Amino acid sequence: MRKEKRFHIKWIMVMLALTASVLLCGCASSNKGVNGQVIVYNWGEYIDPETIRMFEEETGIEVIYDEFETNESMYPKVESGAVAYDIACPSDYMISRMIENGMLSEINYDNMPNAKSNIGAQYYEQARGFDPDNTYAIPYCWGTVGILYNRTMVDEPITRWEQLWDEKYADDILMQDSVRDAFMVAEKLNGDSMNTLDPDELTAAKDLLIEQKPLVQAYVVDQVRDKMIGGEAAIGVIYSGEAIYTQKENPDLVYVIPEEGTNVWIDAWVILKNAPNKENAEKFIDFMCREDIALMNFDYITYSTPNVAARELIEDESIKYSEIAFPDLSQYENLETYIYLGEDGDSLYNELWKEVKAH
Amino acid sequence: MKNAAKKIYIALIVLFLYAPIGTLMVLSFNASKTRAKWGGFSIQWYIALFENEEILRALFNTLVIALVSSLVATVIGTIACIAMTGMKRQAKSILMGITNIPMLNADIVTGVSLMLLYISLGIRFGMGTILLSHITFNIPYVILSVMPRMKQLNPSTFEAALDLGSSHLNAFFKVVFPDLLPGILSGFLMAFTMSLDDFIITHFTKGVGVDTLSTKIYTEIKKGIKPEMYALSSLIFVTVLTLLVLINLSPDKKEKK
Repeated sequence: MRKEKRFHIKWIMVMLALTASVLLCGCASSNKGVNGQVIVYNWGEYIDPETIRMFEEETGIEVIYDEFETNESMYPKVESGAVAYDIACPSDYMISRMIENGMLSEINYDNMPNAKSNIGAQYYEQARGFDPDNTYAIPYCWGTVGILYNRTMVDEPITRWEQLWDEKYADDILMQDSVRDAFMVAEKLNGDSMNTLDPDELTAAKDLLIEQKPLVQAYVVDQVRDKMIGGEAAIGVIYSGEAIYTQKENPDLVYVIPEEGTNVWIDAWVILKNAPNKENAEKFIDFMCREDIALMNFDYITYSTPNVAARELIEDESIKYSEIAFPDLSQYENLETYIYLGEDGDSLYNELWKEVKAH
Repeated sequence: MKNAAKKIYIALIVLFLYAPIGTLMVLSFNASKTRAKWGGFSIQWYIALFENEEILRALFNTLVIALVSSLVATVIGTIACIAMTGMKRQAKSILMGITNIPMLNADIVTGVSLMLLYISLGIRFGMGTILLSHITFNIPYVILSVMPRMKQLNPSTFEAALDLGSSHLNAFFKVVFPDLLPGILSGFLMAFTMSLDDFIITHFTKGVGVDTLSTKIYTEIKKGIKPEMYALSSLIFVTVLTLLVLINLSPDKKEKK
């Protein structure tokens, strides 16, 4: 009987410890905005939290901030209407899908002076690929997809996608493990569009990827970064946003935009059709386009900003004029942006990608 | 020979179980952000962790949800057990079957169906929906650990207490409850860990701006998991380990020997 009692005391102590730990770290504060609220759905780690606090202070609008991890997980959440979001920040092809399905609301540039004046014309131009008249989306972050290579591990500078098929580099190549990015490489190499639905072009791309497969060390997503820094591979396909960071960690790494052309991706703010706080949404997006705020976000996220006024404010010359962060898009040919291919197109690509992976 | 083989076998098991956690703890002291390079020893991620309001709020949410949901589930589950012992055999086994289904069910099925239920009922997603969901999937675990204890009870003690003039409620708390307590406590702890652990159901039933640790970590995928999370995970692991060691070192273990 004594033993039993001790046993109980022990467990009660555990419970007390748990309760105490809960109480100790409780510090959630909530001050309702006097001017209503705005509900924002953005990528994880895709904003400087300080800018949200500043917005709340300056406008008195409470920001309810939610995060997603992929375009594909964002879409059904917005569509299901479980939560009525005001603003989202999807990528190019997902925006074209949302436009097609009538989920977005038109942007009134008169209410957004910063968006009108600070975002560079060339980025609006590039965004027309998925938003033909710039009716719905205001670019927030952008970048290119290119090749990152370790100059101590290759014989000559890498400048073309073609070199990813060079047998010299067998087992030293990292490819992106995502349908569109993998096919983009092969399609660009063939001189085709990366939004193609032509069966012959797609088969050619698929065959090319199968041919390359024995040379590929691994199909990876964000491990490219760590593997390249650690010198575990010589050549990797990577997003430009990661390139500056990897170079800082390992100065032997070089980033190039391949001559055959590549993908220019854009993540952009959109206001949703059934947004309950449209006016506040406009204020929020415009606030994010203000040059000092955009600069804070650029410093935090480190992905290229389309905000030319913010770029002017960058103090570090090596970043301000960086060819990686801010390449002159007009210099390159064959730059494209993904668009939505429709359900049939998507499943066709997935089918072919499965064949490549299973080969 | 046989002994050596045994030891190697155990060592291998422990190695496989703890190598990932060990790596994580080492990396949490890495001054460099990347796992590929050792930038020197540093506690900067621990400092950054305690300055990061988002992570701390997620931790707070996780612990509150785990504590409240497991407490509520424990009360409901225990009452259900008491009711079930009074039932006929057939009704009891049907009810046991029903409570077992959610446990065998894939989390994603539970998560999606709860989400659809909330949408169709027009319930606003938020902390409340997460709590409801966690209570829901916690109840079976409590029942499962209280029920066997219930079966071991000697019904005569309860009747004896009544015969001696005790009220029903009093008899329950003085006679039955103490005997059930170990089962209830382990059920509570089981529910607590299940709730702490859960990602998928939370992912589907959470509202805007409410994050638990697991959903917070998941959203960091695009930009790479921040080393602050390594630091936090290490702290949680060390806390749990210390608690376990304390429990196992308490005197009654020695008495048994």
